[in-house]
Amino acid sequence: MDPGAIQPAPHAPPPVTGSLAEVADGLPGVREIVETLTLRAGFNTNTVILGTTLLGVAAGVIGVFALLRKRSLVTDALSHATLPGIGLAFLGAGALGVDGRSLPVLLAGAAASGVLGVVCIQALLRFTRLREDAAIGIVLSVFFGAGVVVLSYIQANAASGAAGLNKFIYGQTAAMGMRDAALMASIAGGAVVVALLLLKELTLVCFDDAFARVGGWPVGAIDLLMMGLVVLVTVAGLQAVGLILVVAMLIIPPVAARFWTERLWLLVALSGVIGGASGYLGSVVSALLPRKPAGAVIVLTAGAVFACSMLLAPARGVLAAGLRMATMRARIGADHTLEVCYELSLGGAAMSRERLSRLASVRAWPGWYRWLIVATLERRGLLSRTPDGGLRASEAGLARGARVSRNHRLWEQYLISHADIAPSHVDWSADQVEHVLSDELIAQLESALGARGVTVPGAGPGRAAP
Amino acid sequence: MNGFGIGADLFPLLAAVLAALTCGLLGNFLVLRRLSLMGDAISHSVLPGLVIAFLIAASRSPLVMFLGAAVAGVATVVLVELVKRLGRVEPGAAMGVVFSVLFALGVLLIRQVESLGNIDLDADCVLHGQLETLAWFGAPDSWSDLLSPATLGAVPRQVWTLLGMFALASVFVAALFKELRLAAFDPALATSQGFSAPALHYALMVLVAGATVASFEAVGSILVIAMLICPAAAARLLTDRLLPQIAVSLLAALVAAAGGYLGATAVPGAFGLGAVNAAGSMSVAAGVLVAGAVVASPRHGLVSSWLRRRALALSVARDDLLAGLYRAAESGAPTPAHTGLSAVRMARASGSARRAGLLSTGEPARLTPAGEHAAREVVRRHRLWEHYLVEEAGLAPDHVHPTAEKLEHTPLAPAGDPATDPHGRPIPPALAPDPPSRDIS
Repeated sequence: MDPGAIQPAPHAPPPVTGSLAEVADGLPGVREIVETLTLRAGFNTNTVILGTTLLGVAAGVIGVFALLRKRSLVTDALSHATLPGIGLAFLGAGALGVDGRSLPVLLAGAAASGVLGVVCIQALLRFTRLREDAAIGIVLSVFFGAGVVVLSYIQANAASGAAGLNKFIYGQTAAMGMRDAALMASIAGGAVVVALLLLKELTLVCFDDAFARVGGWPVGAIDLLMMGLVVLVTVAGLQAVGLILVVAMLIIPPVAARFWTERLWLLVALSGVIGGASGYLGSVVSALLPRKPAGAVIVLTAGAVFACSMLLAPARGVLAAGLRMATMRARIGADHTLEVCYELSLGGAAMSRERLSRLASVRAWPGWYRWLIVATLERRGLLSRTPDGGLRASEAGLARGARVSRNHRLWEQYLISHADIAPSHVDWSADQVEHVLSDELIAQLESALGARGVTVPGAGPGRAAP
Repeated sequence: MNGFGIGADLFPLLAAVLAALTCGLLGNFLVLRRLSLMGDAISHSVLPGLVIAFLIAASRSPLVMFLGAAVAGVATVVLVELVKRLGRVEPGAAMGVVFSVLFALGVLLIRQVESLGNIDLDADCVLHGQLETLAWFGAPDSWSDLLSPATLGAVPRQVWTLLGMFALASVFVAALFKELRLAAFDPALATSQGFSAPALHYALMVLVAGATVASFEAVGSILVIAMLICPAAAARLLTDRLLPQIAVSLLAALVAAAGGYLGATAVPGAFGLGAVNAAGSMSVAAGVLVAGAVVASPRHGLVSSWLRRRALALSVARDDLLAGLYRAAESGAPTPAHTGLSAVRMARASGSARRAGLLSTGEPARLTPAGEHAAREVVRRHRLWEHYLVEEAGLAPDHVHPTAEKLEHTPLAPAGDPATDPHGRPIPPALAPDPPSRDIS
C-alpha cells in the first residue's frame, strides 16, 4: 500500500519499490502525463483531482478572511482538534450499529471536536490571563494527544480495527473513492458559495468590526459563520491532505496573493486561483508518481508560489522593495556629495580627496559605494574628477547641491521656529528630510517662515545657485 | 499489564519524565515571551532537518540527528523572521507558512527515504513516538537488583540522550537565568544592558530544537508541544514570580508525564483493555493540569474570582440596604425606597447585615447604632461625591447620582466638609472615630 498517492491510472506502471534508479524508471510517460493533466486518466482519478482542486479554491477563498481576522493559527489548532472527534465518531457509530468508517459520520465528529477546540481557545482567552499563543498551543497539543489516545485505543481494543483512521493525519488520496471525493467537492463548493454570497458582510467585519457593530451588523454571528466555513474546509480536506497540512491550504494562498493586490475581491479571486492550482497540481503529481503524498505536494506547490510572490511581486515584493531602497539610498548619497561640493564652492574651494574620504567615513559608505556614487554622478555630468583625486561639481551639480543645502536650512529653521526644538538638535532630522521635500512643501515652508520674518537665502527649487 | 513492572515500564517512564522536564523547563521562557507557537513550529519543522541530516551522513547517530534538528530549528526561526520583516506578513501567518511548508517537505522526503528500504524513520513515529520500544527485556525482578552496575549498561540510548539534553537545558537556564529573565520581560532593556536578547533568543530556539529531537524518538513531537506549553501555562496561572513558576512547571511536567504514563498503561489494564498511546495520554494529563489551574488557581482561578465577585456584590448590596434604611428614616418615610435589589439579594444582604450586628433581628428590621454609623458613612460618601462631581468636575447635578452610587462603596471620599449636596440634602458630618478617608483632590 502506498499511502498518500492517488491510485495510479489503469495503464500506469505499478508503483515500484527499491533503489532510486528504479524510482526513476517509474517515471510516467508523456502521454500519461497529458492524459492525467487533461482529466482523461480514469473516472476515479478525475474525481479526486477535481475534488482537490475545488478544495484548494475553497481553502484559498476562505483563508483570506481567516488571515485578515488574524486567525491563521487558530485554524491550525482547529485542524489538530478534529482528531479525537474522528476517533470518537468511529467508536460511537460502532456502538450504535452504524458503519464507523462511513465518511460523513467521521467528518461530523471531526467538525464537532474542531468546534469544541475553538470554543476552548476562546474560553481560555476570556477567562484566564493566558495569551493567544499559549491558548492555541494548549488546545492543539491536548486535543491532538487525546486523538492519539483514542486512535491507539481503537487500534488495541476495537473489534473491527481502526484501519484507515490514521490516514486523516497525513491524508491519503489513494483511499478516496468517487463518493468520498464528491462529498469533499460538495462541502468545499458549498463553502465557497456561502463565502461569495456573504462577501460584503465578511469584508466589513474583517476591515472594521467596530464600525460594523455600530452599523447594526451581527458581528458575532458573522464571525461565527466565518469560523464555521473554516471548519467546513478543514473537515473537507482531512481525507485528501490530512489534518496537519490542511491548515497550510488555508494560510499560504492568501498570504501569497496578498503580495500582489490591495483590493479584497482581487485578493479573494487570486487566493482561490493559487489554492486551486496547488490542489490541481498536487493531486496530479500524486496520481502520476509513486510516493508523492498529495498533501505534501499541494503544500509545497503553494509554498513555491508564496516564495515567488514574496520575491517578485511588483509593489510589496522583496526585490522591488530592495530596488526602491537602493535607488533612494543612491539618490541620498548623491545629494550629500553635491551638498558638500556646493558648500565648499561658496568658499571658492573644490572637494579635495581628503574631504571626500571624510564625507565617506561620516556617512559610513564602504569604498565600493563611494566609487558607485561618484561614477554615477560623473556619468550624469554633475561632477568631474580632478587630477589630485578630488571632485569638481558642474553647474548643474552645484545647483542640485544648493537645492539640498537650502532644503536642509529651511527645515532646520522650521523646526526651530515652529516646533520649538533646540537649534543643537535639528541637524539630524533635517539631514533626513532634506532629500524628500517636494516643491509644494518648500513653498509652504517659505511662506510659513516668511510670516515669522525668517528668510533663508538662496535659490528656490529649480533655480540656479547664486 | 497490571501494576508497574521494572522491565516494561522503568525506562519508558524515565524517558517520558526526562523529556517532560526538559520541555517544561524551556517552555517557561517561550510562554513568557509569547513564543509558545514557535515551539510548535520548530517541532514540526525539525522533520526535514532530520531526514536531510540522515541522507547526508547516512547514519542515525544522536549527534547527526541533533545537528540536523538544530539547523532546522534555527532555519525556522530565521525564515519566520524574514517572512515577517521582508514580506510584512502577520506573525501568525508567517509562522504558519514556514512550518507547514517545511513539514510538507519533511513528509515528502521521508516517503522518498522509505523507498530506499531498511529505514525506520517513520512519519507516524515522529508524531507520537515509540515509548514501548524502550521496554527492558531481561530486567531483574526485584528493586534491589536494580542497583547493580549491570543496570547502567541496560539503559537505552534514548534515555542517555534525554538525560544529556535535560542537563544541558538545566545548565543553560541556571547559568543565564538573570539574562533569560530580563530578556523574557524586557528584551529592549536586555539589549541595552549589553547582552544580545536576539542571540539569547536563538540559543533558546536551538535548545528547543534539541529537546524536540532528543524527545521525538521516545515520546514524539506532539508531547514535546504539550510539554513546552502546558506545564508553563499552568504554572503561570498559579504563581506570579518566575522562580516559583519554573518550580511549579517542573512539578507539573513530572506529574503529567508520570500520571499520563500510568493512565495509559495501568488504567486500561485494570479494565482488561490494551494499553493506549502513552505520549497522547501524557498530553491529555498535561491538559487536565491546565484545566485544574484554570478552575482552582488561588489568585487567578475561576472559583476564586467567582468567590471574590460574590463577596463584593454582597457588600455592595448590604451598603445599599443600610443606606436605604438611613434615607427612609431621614425623610420620615415608613419603608425604604426601592433599592433596585432583587428579593434574593435583599434577603442575603439583610441576613449578612443581621449577622454583623448592623440590623436588629425583629420585624421590621431597624438599624442598630453600629448599623446607623455604617449607613451614615455610605450616605456621607455618596453626597460628598455628588458635591465633588458638581463643584469640582463641573457635571450637571442631575447626572452625578449613578457615579456617586458606585463610588460610595469604595473607602475613598473627597476631602472637605460641605453642609449639603447638590440636591440640597444635608451631608451628615463625619463622626469620631474618623473613617478612613483620603484626600483625592
